[in-house]
Amino acid sequence: MIKILKYSFYDLMRSRWSYVYFLFYLLLGFVLLFLNNELSKAVITLMNVIIVLVPLIGTIFGVMYYYNSKEFTELLLAQPIKRSSIFLGQYLGVAGSLTVSLVLGLGIPFALYGLFQSNAIWDFSLLLITGAFLTLIFTAVAFNIALSNENKIKGFGYAVLAWLFLAVIYDGLFLMSLIVFEEYPLDNLSLIATMFNPIDLSRTLILLKLDISALLGYTGAIFKQFFGTNLGLFMSIFMLCLWTVIPVWRLAYVAKRKDF
Amino acid sequence: MIHVESLHKRFGKNVVLAGLDLDIAQGGISAILGPNGSGKTTLIKTVLGMVIPNKGTIEVMDTPIGNRWKYRQDINYLPQIANFPGNLKVRELIAMIKDIRQKPSDEQKLIGLFGLEPFLDNKLSNLSGGTKQKVNIVLTFMFDSPLIILDEPTNGLDPLALIRLKELIFEEREKGKTFLITSHIMQFVEEVSDQIVYLLEGKIYFKGSITELKTKTGQSNFERAIAAISTHNNHD
Repeated sequence: MIKILKYSFYDLMRSRWSYVYFLFYLLLGFVLLFLNNELSKAVITLMNVIIVLVPLIGTIFGVMYYYNSKEFTELLLAQPIKRSSIFLGQYLGVAGSLTVSLVLGLGIPFALYGLFQSNAIWDFSLLLITGAFLTLIFTAVAFNIALSNENKIKGFGYAVLAWLFLAVIYDGLFLMSLIVFEEYPLDNLSLIATMFNPIDLSRTLILLKLDISALLGYTGAIFKQFFGTNLGLFMSIFMLCLWTVIPVWRLAYVAKRKDF
Repeated sequence: MIHVESLHKRFGKNVVLAGLDLDIAQGGISAILGPNGSGKTTLIKTVLGMVIPNKGTIEVMDTPIGNRWKYRQDINYLPQIANFPGNLKVRELIAMIKDIRQKPSDEQKLIGLFGLEPFLDNKLSNLSGGTKQKVNIVLTFMFDSPLIILDEPTNGLDPLALIRLKELIFEEREKGKTFLITSHIMQFVEEVSDQIVYLLEGKIYFKGSITELKTKTGQSNFERAIAAISTHNNHD
């Protein structure tokens, strides 16, 4: 598996898109710091970008890489390699190179700006960790969708739809349900609903870490009570891990039974 | 060498292999023939573990393949369509496959044989179909494995390369290798194969030597004998 990972990773590191992605974050980091002049404010703005963009890029890269490397996969399938190693290696190659682009692209400007001397370092680290998780999760989801759809256009469509659902539609439905059932106590429901969407979960996690939960009113207080504690943090990380492990496990499971 | 028992495979509603039994002894060249869609490629891919059968067992060198993968170390496979990752150079692709298989290889001799030296630093996406097939052949023959599976090996080859390929096949046969070959070029099949396996509707319709086939169909020409065996069945 390490060998496949190595080749996929090198392959991606040589592709133009990894650099475009890296340069985009580099530019974003510098521009935000230039405009905000303050690390913690830049972190908030950055969060809004990361929370939507990272899943989208993970999804698109995942689907594109799977379909583009079909030939490579078929070549490898006839070699003495375990099937799950082929697919997990490719998956980790994509997710790994995206994470490297993200961490370096944002890390460099913030480090130059004096991140290590500031209090924002924990907030910033949390931002990068959730960014890495979102990359892992959405790349895995994209690989799953691509593996189950021979038709490229369909696979691409479903993958973008999955992203759209989790990034936008889910929140809409969530808000509507809050309005419809406003007469009932909804604290626990909203907590659970947040848990089931990795994007919402990441957003809540970072917002609460930034101590601006007062903006969220009464619900914010409840959320703070839960997520602010160690148990809450632990639970959130656990849920993010679960969101990563389940698609990866399904990827290996389906790959083992598929005909090529 | 290969033992296949009551192999069933369907893709959706389309039954491709319907209880196929096959024994291939060690050494010699077996040609797998049959009309389009008769399951030749599917049969080969199940032996390689790329297609997973619905029912039946396959043994390669006396071990059932099941979900295993190590046995592929002993198989050299030439895929039907030479699809390679386009952004790799020929040299890099060869190095990568060597790295993955970790076996001694003699690619230099083969690169010389097929005149591939000028293309070594070209990207695979810039190669012509015939040159890609030559790279494909180098990748297949550079390792020393007891079982060699060739799916349409003559695709896109020029006459000189075709002669070299045949020489290569005969050379390897002398070393006691076992070959499975599919091809639509009957002249090629007639020249190289020791045994014919004729597939029809997911089963083995005929297995034997070319002489036996000619006697059975009453034809003196191999190509016509194959045509006869296909049409004979249609009139049943």
